[in-house]
Amino acid sequence: MKQAKRRFDLRLVVQLAFTALSNGYIAGFRHGKIYQGPLKQLCLPGLNCYSCPGALGSCPIGALQAVIASRDHSMSFYVLGFLIAVGALGGRVVCGFLCPFGLVQDLLYRIPLPGRWKLRRLPGERALSWLRYAVLLVFVILLPMLAVNFIGQGDPWFCKYICPSGTLMGGVPLVLLGDGFRSAAGLLFDWKLALLAFTAVFSIAYYRPFCRFVCPLGAVYGLMNPVSLYRYRLIRERCVDCGACRKACKLGIDPVRTPNDPRCIRCGACVRACPHRAILPGLTLQRGGGGCGGKCAACGKDCARPRQ
Amino acid sequence: MKRFLETWGCWLLLAAGGVLILVGILRGEPGMILEKAIRVCLECIGIG
Repeated sequence: MKQAKRRFDLRLVVQLAFTALSNGYIAGFRHGKIYQGPLKQLCLPGLNCYSCPGALGSCPIGALQAVIASRDHSMSFYVLGFLIAVGALGGRVVCGFLCPFGLVQDLLYRIPLPGRWKLRRLPGERALSWLRYAVLLVFVILLPMLAVNFIGQGDPWFCKYICPSGTLMGGVPLVLLGDGFRSAAGLLFDWKLALLAFTAVFSIAYYRPFCRFVCPLGAVYGLMNPVSLYRYRLIRERCVDCGACRKACKLGIDPVRTPNDPRCIRCGACVRACPHRAILPGLTLQRGGGGCGGKCAACGKDCARPRQ
Repeated sequence: MKRFLETWGCWLLLAAGGVLILVGILRGEPGMILEKAIRVCLECIGIG
């Protein structure tokens, strides 16, 4: 019974269900076309290319660039507000549970390799994690805003030159399904295919390289990790500093020091690994977060007892 | 200040997000996004 419980991966089920639901336009896959209904006005929370034949909503990063690169507006308040609201609710919980490209990387990392081929750490990975903020600033905001043609129209630079999710979910299916797209694919498509292949191979050996170093969406959500409504709380009185959470974290975070680190995707590995239930996930609806909210009568500290 | 942000930060951000979404809707941004999203974005898929 215990073994069966351990094997059931709720996060994987949620990831698969949400990806299937948000890309459920089956006719698109059948005919090599994309959904053109009104739902496309709405953004999906994850990096979900709106040119995927099955996509029922819009990618927030694609939508942000579409508005920024347009002649009429230099910023999208609609998408910015959406990103802030989603980040305020759960921070990077979207990356852990709702992003289709995160799911792809998770599945690739499950491919077994000899122990020494699975990389726990990369040299300079802490510094590299700042790269996603540069990608956000330069490729998602500045270049679409400033590098415009004579009528004031810019390009979606991140989508065009970097995003492997768009290649996987939009480019590859459309090129396979439509003769017109196949004949139009050229050097740019080869470049994006090479980036996708590199990301995919890297993801087998190293956990979520795209999310850690490149993803601008994760960069935005990560900024709100420490203050989001759903977050982790460390009960210091329970922690014996055994290091189990550190070992369990595939992103190289120390949850004892920073339980709501901007790099954390809230996969819950540290929560499950802790033998003393010292890390509690939950909604921060009142001061004190996961505890009962009062002071301990015995020691005078914030109560560490989880809410019933 | 840190305590204040930890307690109220999410609500402030949610309120700010809601206001920004409303401003965006009033500026007609969802229509712009729809216009872009219902056509295959050739740049996005690496063809354009």
